[in-house]
Amino acid sequence: MASESTPGRRLGWYALLGALSLLVLLPVYFAFVRAVSDPTTILGGDALLVPKDVQSDVFQRAWRNGNLGGAMGRSLVVTVAITAAQVATSVLAAYAFAYLWFPFKRLVFALFMATLLLPLEVTVLPNLATISNLGWRNSFQGLIVPFLATALGTFLIRQAFLGVPSELRDAARLEGWTHWQLLTRLVVPLSRPVIAAFTLISFLGAYNQYLWPRIVTTRPDEWGTAPIAVRSLSSNPENANLIVAGGLLVALPMIVLLIFFQRHVVRGLTAGAVKG
Amino acid sequence: MRRELAAARGAKVRDTPRWREAGLALLFLAPSLVVFAVFFYYPFEQLIVRGLYRNNIAGDNLRYVGWGQYRDVLGGDEFREGIGHSVQFLLLTVPVGLLLGIVLAVVANRRLRGIKIFQTIFTSTVATSTAVAGFIFLALLNPSIGLIKEPDLLAQPDTAMIGVALASSWQTLGLSFVIVLAGLQAIPREVEEASMLDGHGPLRRFFRVTLPLISPVLMFLLVILVVNAFQAFAQIDALTKPPGGPDQATETIVFKIFENRTPDRLGDGSIMSVGLFAVTFVVTLAQFLLLERRVHYGE
Repeated sequence: MASESTPGRRLGWYALLGALSLLVLLPVYFAFVRAVSDPTTILGGDALLVPKDVQSDVFQRAWRNGNLGGAMGRSLVVTVAITAAQVATSVLAAYAFAYLWFPFKRLVFALFMATLLLPLEVTVLPNLATISNLGWRNSFQGLIVPFLATALGTFLIRQAFLGVPSELRDAARLEGWTHWQLLTRLVVPLSRPVIAAFTLISFLGAYNQYLWPRIVTTRPDEWGTAPIAVRSLSSNPENANLIVAGGLLVALPMIVLLIFFQRHVVRGLTAGAVKG
Repeated sequence: MRRELAAARGAKVRDTPRWREAGLALLFLAPSLVVFAVFFYYPFEQLIVRGLYRNNIAGDNLRYVGWGQYRDVLGGDEFREGIGHSVQFLLLTVPVGLLLGIVLAVVANRRLRGIKIFQTIFTSTVATSTAVAGFIFLALLNPSIGLIKEPDLLAQPDTAMIGVALASSWQTLGLSFVIVLAGLQAIPREVEEASMLDGHGPLRRFFRVTLPLISPVLMFLLVILVVNAFQAFAQIDALTKPPGGPDQATETIVFKIFENRTPDRLGDGSIMSVGLFAVTFVVTLAQFLLLERRVHYGE
């Protein structure tokens, strides 16, 4: 990490950081301006740099019309369930790959990683048939169960586990620890940053899912998650800003979460990506 | 691999018979394996089998036509066009993603008061979903109300993909940034200081010291970006009108697969899915084989 000593150079870096931040935030700012401006005024007009004919109630209207409260509640249930399950299944599988002997280990690992190579869009139709046969459309099971495990978590956490110093494991072994004790008392606590980072990645991914909740729920007003509820907001020209406002509202909790967990993300990925 | 084997040996708890260890491993792997079996391996097998059958236009009268259908579809125009568009999207987004990630991370990796704020801003785009990002850029690129009025990127067949790539690059910028920053922060300070003492300038230090040290991270990022690029769908669906773009210019391979989902064309769609898997697999493997030996793994 470079440390800057002279005030002039510090100022230069701040200027550069500020300019880059503006570029990154510009699309969000533009969306905000568009959300709060009267959509009938801005149609056909010049590009807006500041809000015009402000509709201060647009966020309330988006919240009410899209029933975003209920949708975000459902999203929360689905997201927490998926994240908790993915962390648990990934930790267990990662331990097996990192420290346990079993036949055909490399083949099984390759089979795990293969699941990362096909997007959901591709397997969505056979999966939809499975969920329908189970009678799980329009249900929490239907939204949650297909995502209880992920090879990305197994991969990241396995990398972290492999980084646990072998001296510590040897010492624990001499004390006669079982694998379960090794896992819960040594390996998991030492890998906490990576597990935290993966938790956040998993949470963001589950919350932002779009195609699956859209296709698996036939009654979006009852079973739609947050992004689906936003999509259902009116797109009439005179209400075109509602959907932008809804999108911003739905993204807000994730931004807040990110601010709190930023530290973990960087530290976690360091361990996950660097150790070969 | 040697390290893994050593790790596996080192971890073996004394006096635990091998078969008991394998049993425990099976227990630990079982939850993931069950989920993958039901929601990945089984549907994948379904896709492969479905590719051997054909329907009539009405979508009924399923009949076996055999592997010849694979040859027809994978050698056909639609598959080639879809892969072509996906590669185009990949070339427009992956180098930009790598470069943006490196530039932002290098700039934000210094000790300054308030640097966490800038780091959070750069990461923040990962918190928006692809759908939301698509909507934001739909407004940005709209010629009547947007910031970029000329040219109307999304309306022209030869530039529509650039518009989609812009939205995508913005949304994945946070991910690229965070991954490269993680790599930079893992570099021991002594290494950089030693290079500074050797009288290396900042540029030379970057190319001779920093870049090789973060090469495993860049490799990881490259693989993720390439796999993601082959899976692009939601941003295209959200941004282009009609979905797929003017003259079908943004119909990537996943888009083609999605279009071939009706009962009468499901055979074609299934084969294209298997084809996409094969392409992604080969490209990912090639990256490892070609780049792995250039990547510097420190011990």
